[in-house]
Amino acid sequence: MSKIKKEFLMGNEIIVQAAVRAGAQVLCGYPITPTTDILHYWLEVVDRNPKIFSRDNSFLQTEDEMAAGFAALGAILMGKVAFTATAGPGNVLMQDAFSMAENLRLPIVAVIGQRGGPSTGTVIYSQQELNLTCFGGNGEGLRIVYSPATLDELYKAVGKAFEVAWKYRFPTFVLTDGYLCKAKGTFSPSPIKRVSGKAYFKPTSVLNLRNCYDQEEELGELVSKNMAEFQKIAPEIAKFEEADFGEADVLVLAHGSVGEVAKLAVSAAQSEGRRVNFWRPITLNPFPQQALEKAALKTEKILVVESSAGQFSKLIKQNLYNFPKPIFEFLKPAVGFDEEEILEKIREVGRG
Amino acid sequence: MVKIPAFPKSWRQDTKPHKFCPGCGEAELLKMLGFVIDDLGIAPRTVYGCDIGCMLLSWDFFNINTIQTHHGRTVPVMTGVKMASPKTVAIAFAGDGGAYAIGSQHLVNAAVRNDNITVIVANNANYAMTGGQEAPTTIPTQITDTTPLGADKHYLLGPEMVAQIAPPEVYIARGSIARPLEVRKILKRALEHQISCRGFSFVEVLTSCPTNWKTDAQGSLDFLEDLEKYFPTGEISAHGHRD
Repeated sequence: MSKIKKEFLMGNEIIVQAAVRAGAQVLCGYPITPTTDILHYWLEVVDRNPKIFSRDNSFLQTEDEMAAGFAALGAILMGKVAFTATAGPGNVLMQDAFSMAENLRLPIVAVIGQRGGPSTGTVIYSQQELNLTCFGGNGEGLRIVYSPATLDELYKAVGKAFEVAWKYRFPTFVLTDGYLCKAKGTFSPSPIKRVSGKAYFKPTSVLNLRNCYDQEEELGELVSKNMAEFQKIAPEIAKFEEADFGEADVLVLAHGSVGEVAKLAVSAAQSEGRRVNFWRPITLNPFPQQALEKAALKTEKILVVESSAGQFSKLIKQNLYNFPKPIFEFLKPAVGFDEEEILEKIREVGRG
Repeated sequence: MVKIPAFPKSWRQDTKPHKFCPGCGEAELLKMLGFVIDDLGIAPRTVYGCDIGCMLLSWDFFNINTIQTHHGRTVPVMTGVKMASPKTVAIAFAGDGGAYAIGSQHLVNAAVRNDNITVIVANNANYAMTGGQEAPTTIPTQITDTTPLGADKHYLLGPEMVAQIAPPEVYIARGSIARPLEVRKILKRALEHQISCRGFSFVEVLTSCPTNWKTDAQGSLDFLEDLEKYFPTGEISAHGHRD
């Protein structure tokens, strides 16, 4: 077996590498920090491969994020594998398109580089777009959302996002942040499954698609059917990572890049002889609920760590309904964490 | 006099009678569009997009691949369709609200980029599906739900705006549904423009809205005539020169 050679790249470049390997053909986007580089790197790929891509047919810088989302959907309707990338206020605007994708079961992939919010906010550390990305739009949140912790996992998550989006036809997101988008580091370019698009609109058939319904029951049935399909595929998609050392005093829960630093803190707490476990969802939607329940059964207390004022914590509580033991929160909205402060919190919660 | 058949071939017979109000100009516009699509023989390679608003009622109107999308977003959807499939004839049908208010940025930028798509706008001087509110094209003193004392003097001239911002090669025209054959002619020119890859084409059609105008048949025709005083019909060259 040949060993995969590691590469040294920036997060946004890794995203493009993964997208290309997954078979992406079109990027429609509007520049916004921290995901703007995705547009640059994509154009570099396009220009380097004139036999596969062309500037006219593989890239569109639109007038806004609504247009980016909808133009990508237009390309997808014609059978292209299209994606987009945005952040913060751009993610707000793009919900218009994501909502249509959810209704029409169109397989779009969007990379979200979370910004501090509300409003324009900041651009590096934040986990405040969890609610918007998982449950945004005027629908039921029938979206698949990956929250990678490292550059390596970012690469894998983008690849996986294309695979599941085109397999199950639900809008799929890679929820990351400015820290990972802008960080430069090593990753293993492992093989990614290549997807191919399928045209909805063909010259040989006629399809009339709509988003508006005359009868409440008609829409109700459609949503219930989509909901049932989403629930059916959920166990296949839901992924998590854990560090299970057996019975524990504290279980630390975190996601995304905060998950990586929390894992380091748990490891440090272990070396101090503390009984601490770690659990992190890799998919926020569908949520690996049974795995969380299993991990929670082995602990006396839970500590949730996140760069938001409780969006992740609410998701945890919802998935651990009636959990009888205390849940502590270490919340720093729009602010990043270092290992030492999480370790200190673990000690504090362990003592209390 | 030209004898017009009852139905365009590109219409779906099973969804007729259509759902537009009696006397609505949009249904007549779509009839003309259907005839043009028949004339050009492009139905299999056409993708038709319609906005929210009254035109959403046309989501199952044609035997043509169709997508009904959100207000004004039909334009970027068609831009994406065309980018992915340059041989497709991409038609975006929007209302005066979708094209000139909530989605005006899409119209402006598609025109500036000279996207090789055709945008058709029905201008009935009000927001009809929501019950008759003020539109960017509501004319001075016109009474609507949100201008009960009469609208102010400001209104938007869509084709003239496009003419100011688009490159000279675009096709721009305005017609009135009071003269359907004229509409048929400009729609044909617009689609031919796209088919021969000459870039952006834009047609505004003044359409009657008896339900919200609260007019009878003659009253609707009279109001259309009034509208033409504000919105002159004909082909317009880019950079504002009227032929």
